[in-house]
Amino acid sequence: MDTVKLKINGIEVEAPQGSTILEAARLAHIDIPTLCYLKDINAIGACRVCVCEVKGARSYAAACVYPVTEGMEVFTNTPKIRAARKKTIELILSTHRRECLSCVRSGNCELQKLAQEYGCDEHRYETTIKTPDIVDVNDVLIRDNSKCVLCRRCVAACKYNQGVAVIGANERGYETHIAPAFDMPLAQAACISCGQCITVCPTGALRERDDTDKVWKALGDPTKHVVVGTAPSVRAQIGEEFGYPMGTNTEGKMTAALRRLGFDGVFDVDTAADFTIMEEGTEFINRFTKGGKLPLITSCSPGWIKYCELYYPEFIDNLSTCKSPQQMFGALMKTYYAEKKGIDPKDLVVVTVMPCTAKKFEVKRPEMEVDGLRDIDVTITTREFARMVRQAGIMFQNLPDDETFDPMFGIASGAAHIFGATGGVMEAALRTVAEVVTGKPLEKLDFDDVRGTSGVKEAVYKVGDHTVRVAVASGTANAKKVLESVKSGEKHYDFIEIMACPGGCVNGGGQPQVHASIRNNVDVRAERAKALYSEDAGMTLRKSHENPIVAEVYDNYLHCKPGEGRAHHLLHTTYTKRSKYPVSK
Amino acid sequence: MAKKKTVVPFNGTKEQEVQLAAVIEKYKDVQGALMPVLQEAQQIYGYLPIEVQIMIAEGLGVSLSEVYGVVTFYAQFSLNPKGQYPISVCMGTACYVKGSQAILDRIQRKLGIEVGGVTPDGRFSLDATRCIGACGLAPVFTIGDDVYGKLTPEEAEAVLAKYE
Repeated sequence: MDTVKLKINGIEVEAPQGSTILEAARLAHIDIPTLCYLKDINAIGACRVCVCEVKGARSYAAACVYPVTEGMEVFTNTPKIRAARKKTIELILSTHRRECLSCVRSGNCELQKLAQEYGCDEHRYETTIKTPDIVDVNDVLIRDNSKCVLCRRCVAACKYNQGVAVIGANERGYETHIAPAFDMPLAQAACISCGQCITVCPTGALRERDDTDKVWKALGDPTKHVVVGTAPSVRAQIGEEFGYPMGTNTEGKMTAALRRLGFDGVFDVDTAADFTIMEEGTEFINRFTKGGKLPLITSCSPGWIKYCELYYPEFIDNLSTCKSPQQMFGALMKTYYAEKKGIDPKDLVVVTVMPCTAKKFEVKRPEMEVDGLRDIDVTITTREFARMVRQAGIMFQNLPDDETFDPMFGIASGAAHIFGATGGVMEAALRTVAEVVTGKPLEKLDFDDVRGTSGVKEAVYKVGDHTVRVAVASGTANAKKVLESVKSGEKHYDFIEIMACPGGCVNGGGQPQVHASIRNNVDVRAERAKALYSEDAGMTLRKSHENPIVAEVYDNYLHCKPGEGRAHHLLHTTYTKRSKYPVSK
Repeated sequence: MAKKKTVVPFNGTKEQEVQLAAVIEKYKDVQGALMPVLQEAQQIYGYLPIEVQIMIAEGLGVSLSEVYGVVTFYAQFSLNPKGQYPISVCMGTACYVKGSQAILDRIQRKLGIEVGGVTPDGRFSLDATRCIGACGLAPVFTIGDDVYGKLTPEEAEAVLAKYE
């Protein structure tokens, strides 16, 4: 690779040709502050926080976009530069609705951090809060443009990672604001509710719709029996909210915290994920061997489901009819659990903790109920769960590590744990499908080709006498690539796993927010997924069909095989074609 | 100036749709096709309502949000059709000094629309223009091809009655 030599703050640096000042500075272990910059998707030099002095240049250079050249001399930390950055931040603050005392991002806000680091006077300029009227609230998330700094990170994530582009910069100059076309509410736009915009927002301008009040209310009602289930990736990420390094599995403390919040049952949605594999695996075998619609596409990710319904309705028949693990969990709680416990399901409140904002949409889908009982009553994100733990005064770090889920619905296979990462559902399904089809135990349980954070992964596996062609995509922009290649006839797959969020649930829209300064330098998706794969590797129960709860429920409650009778009634669903536009042309 | 959505119902014709489809076809594989397509679409329809923007988004494979972002960025694009009687109030220096802002305000109040808007019945649209070169008549405004000068706001309002 060709390199150039330059000096940054007097330090000699050799950087690859085409690097930006920002990238070269990192090689010299110099951190240049950024706000709008997001690696790979948003290098636009808009916010001017990363300005530097370049010897001989007429004006300050934005380090995130300015390419380095041979012999260049850069200064990142002169009094002039510090003053320029400070002024820029103060100007951004002048239009920012500063309710920092109670803002959901307080303490975790990138703008607040910069303002503090640069000793900014937040009242330097007369405050003129822009467009305070644009507050878009729906069941999933809240857009509050009075806290928007116009960095366009959300726009970039929506367009490049998700291939959706439902929000963009409207108007120009001082009137510029981020919104869907025609300033329509997001609920009317073709938004898939994935929440990737929230994960990249530096401030509180984008946040989940907080549903913790509903949970508190249920917990405070003595007539209600309130149970909770957590998704695979929550145990791997909740620790980040309490100071643990990325990828730390805090399952013990997490279950302890849930019990201390007052839940009457603390269960594992991973157990339901094992049911998903039984149902989806059966569905795959049926379609594959009996000439059903292929490729079968997974249905665990509600963001992906909404994307399919909006953008690729021609693939609706390819979707597995299985409900997501969350919805299976709810359906089994309201039936199996209620019956076992002798509780009237009407007095049972089922709460889930999810890495996901699209789950808030999913729980409200009209089809997500059985015999008049809603599967799930409330779903909260990992972030909201952390908020509840803090409000309750629970000292998370001091909680015991050895608490576990309640055993009645708390045993899960390693296959279910890896559901939280891209490729995990495919691997879990393959473990079961292969053993069911061949009737022999697998020699090797790791399906390495479908692991890792690549946006699109492909593999071909021998299952008995059959050849199964699989693909895995995460991030709906990658899903689009896979679906287009299937549509054009270029590719042929039998089984496709799609997760809406890049990297899967570990990087979901409801997960702890990671500052761009970290996101730009660490592969968050890979670090977080490690916790799931290492848990799976250390287990003896690694296949869904060996889960004793699965056997118990099918044999003694559902009285049927997967995919049949009551199992089908409780655990499957339907999909709806949706219009992308509020008007027909 | 914030661009306001049109309140006039869309009544594009089949011919217009065929013309637009041909334009989209012509530019489909061209880098940066959105600008020329929008310009020609505005030629065809006179403005760019949501129905037209959806056709362009679908035709070029870009999102509606991206189309709308470009439309609202450039002053040359309009979300509103021109009225049967387009009103232009000159905001050039001479007219401004002679009080054209008061005329503009008066007409806005009278018609209940903002600059760039159109009345729901499609009769009047309102624009603020730069100098039209009739400074001797300042303050000047035009309705269609008719030019009105040296009027007070009250007199200007009275002129509108002629067109109703």
